Amino acid sequence: MAIEVRNVSKAFGDFQALGDVSVVVPDGSLTALLGPSGGGKSTLLRVIAGLETADAGEVLFDGEPVTGVPPQHRDVGFVFQHYAAFKHMTVRDNVAFGLKIRKRPKDEIATRVDELLKLVHLDGFAGRYPAQLSGGQRQRMALARALAVEPKVLLLDEPFGALDAKVRKELRDWLRRLHDEVHVTTVFVTHDQEEALEVAEQIVVINEGRIEQAGSPDELYESPATPFVMGFVGPVSQLGDQYVRPHDIDIHLEPVDGGLQAQIEHVARVGFEARVELHLADGAPVSVLVTRQQAAEQELEAGQIVWLRAHRFHAFAEGELASA
Amino acid sequence: MHVDASGRHSQPVGDSRAARLTLRAIALGYLALLLALPVGMVFYNTFADGFAAAWESVTTPEAQHAFWLTIVMVAIAVPLNTLFGITAALALVRGNWRGKTIVGAIIDIPFAVSPVVVGLALILVYGRQGWFGEWLTDHGVQVIFSIPGMVMATIFVSLPFVVREVVPVLREIGVEQEQAAQTLGASPSQIFWRITLPAIRWGVAYGVILTTARALGEYGAVAVVSGKIVGETQTLTLHVEEQYQQFDLTGAYAASVVLALIALFVILSMNLLDRRKESS
Repeated sequence: MAIEVRNVSKAFGDFQALGDVSVVVPDGSLTALLGPSGGGKSTLLRVIAGLETADAGEVLFDGEPVTGVPPQHRDVGFVFQHYAAFKHMTVRDNVAFGLKIRKRPKDEIATRVDELLKLVHLDGFAGRYPAQLSGGQRQRMALARALAVEPKVLLLDEPFGALDAKVRKELRDWLRRLHDEVHVTTVFVTHDQEEALEVAEQIVVINEGRIEQAGSPDELYESPATPFVMGFVGPVSQLGDQYVRPHDIDIHLEPVDGGLQAQIEHVARVGFEARVELHLADGAPVSVLVTRQQAAEQELEAGQIVWLRAHRFHAFAEGELASA
Repeated sequence: MHVDASGRHSQPVGDSRAARLTLRAIALGYLALLLALPVGMVFYNTFADGFAAAWESVTTPEAQHAFWLTIVMVAIAVPLNTLFGITAALALVRGNWRGKTIVGAIIDIPFAVSPVVVGLALILVYGRQGWFGEWLTDHGVQVIFSIPGMVMATIFVSLPFVVREVVPVLREIGVEQEQAAQTLGASPSQIFWRITLPAIRWGVAYGVILTTARALGEYGAVAVVSGKIVGETQTLTLHVEEQYQQFDLTGAYAASVVLALIALFVILSMNLLDRRKESS
C-alpha cells in the first residue's frame, strides 16, 4: 500500500516536532526515515500509525485520507524500539494476539503462528515468556506479532536501537531479506545512516521537523540537496566553500590551478586506504582519503606542504553541515 | 561471607559475623515482641478454656450478627473501592486533565485524617442536624447510627489503598504495550481486559488485600457513626471491643481469631484467583 503524507504539522507544547512535512512512500517499498534524535522522524511514523494526531495536514493510504481512523482500523503493524512485548503472555500468545482479536478459528491461528515463529527463527520458543528471551529474540517476536495480522504497512520505530552492534547487524540483514520475501510496504525510523544506506531502498532525511531530502541511498550520497544531508550520510571535508567527500580530493605535490595549499599533520594507513589529515593555510582542518599505493608513491608524510584540489564537489547556497 | 574479588576477606570474619547475628537478633526480637507474641497470645487465650467455650462465644446471636455485618461491610466497600481505585489510577496516570494533582491529594485524605474525625464529619453532613439530615429524614432514610453510614465510613477510610497500589504499577508498565495492542486491532475494552488489567493485577491484588484488612479492622470511624447498637450496628471489630469491656475475654479473643481468619481467607483467595487466571 502506498502512503502519502501531505503537509503534516505537529507540535508538543512549544516544541514543533513536524513542520509542514510531505512524503510519498511507494507501494511495496522499504523506506528509512533518517535523522538525528529529536528531529521528528518518530513523530512522523506515529502520525502514520495513528498513534499521534497531526495538528494540520493529512495522511493518505492508497489515496484515501485516514485522518480520524483510529490505529486499530488502519491495518498497520507497528514495532517499538523497546519491543512492547506483552509480558504476561507467552511468545505464542503474543504472536496470536491480533488474530485472536480478529476471532480467527483456533486451528488457523495455530498454523499461522507456527509459520511466523519459523519465519523469525523462534520455533521452539513458543512456550516461553518475553522475560526469558534476549533482546534480539524479543524484537523478532514483536515483528512476528506485527506481521501476524497481515498489515498493509509495517512501521518500525528504531527497531534495532536497543540491541548491541552484532545483533543489530544480523537483524538488519534479516529485515532486508524478510522484505524481499514478504513485500509489505515498510517504513523504519533510524538515526544510524549506515543502517539506512544498507537496508533502505528509499531514504527520507528529516531534521528539525523538516524533510531535508528524499531519495535512493545513491542519490543522497552522490547528490545531497543540503550540507546537512551531505554531512549526515557520509564524511565531508570543506575546501573554501566547496563541500567534498574525502575520497574526492586529489593531493598534488606541486602548485596547481585552483589548488589550495595545505600542510600534512598525520598519515594513517588503514588496510587498503590511507587517511591524510591536513590543515589549510587558514588553519581549517581537512581530511583526505587516498589509496595506500598513492600515499606510498607520493611519499606523503607529516609536515609536508601539498596542494589540494577536488575533482568532485558540492556547493550549497545556505545551510549548515551536520555533525554526523 | 564478605570476600572481595581478589579472594581476601574484606572484613575480619569475627566482626562481621557478630554484627550480622546481632542485627538478626534485633530484627527477630522486634518482630516477636510486637507481632508474633501478641497475635500468638490471642490464639492461645482463645482456646485456653477449650474449643467448645470459644465456639460458643462466637456463635451467640450477637457475635453471628456482627460477623455477617462485617462481611456485608467488606462485600460492599472492597468491590466499590477496587472499581474506583482502578478507574482513578487510570485517570491519574493516563489522563491529561486539569486538577489531577488536586484530585490525587484528595484521594490521600483518608490516610491523613484520624478515623474518629471521619466519623464526626459524616455525622455533620448526614446526621439528623447535618446538611442532608432533614431531607434524608423526610425521605425515611437513616444514615447515621445505621448501616448506610457505617458502609460510608468504611469506604472512606479504605479508599486510597487500591489507587496507591495501582498508580506506580501503571507508571512502570508505560503505554507501549497498550499502543501495540491498539495497532493490532484491539478496542479500548479489549486493551483493558487483555493487556492493562493483567499487567497491573499484582498491584490490584495487593490493594484489595489492604482495603479488606482496613475495612475489617476499622474501629474509630465506624464506631462514631454506628452508635454501637448491640445486635444491630455492631461489626466484629466493635464486638471485640464490647466483649473486652464486659470482661468476656474468651469472647473478645475468639472474635479476634475469626477476624484474622477472614483476612487470611481473603489473602488466600486472591492468590488462588491469580493462579487460576495464569493457568487458563
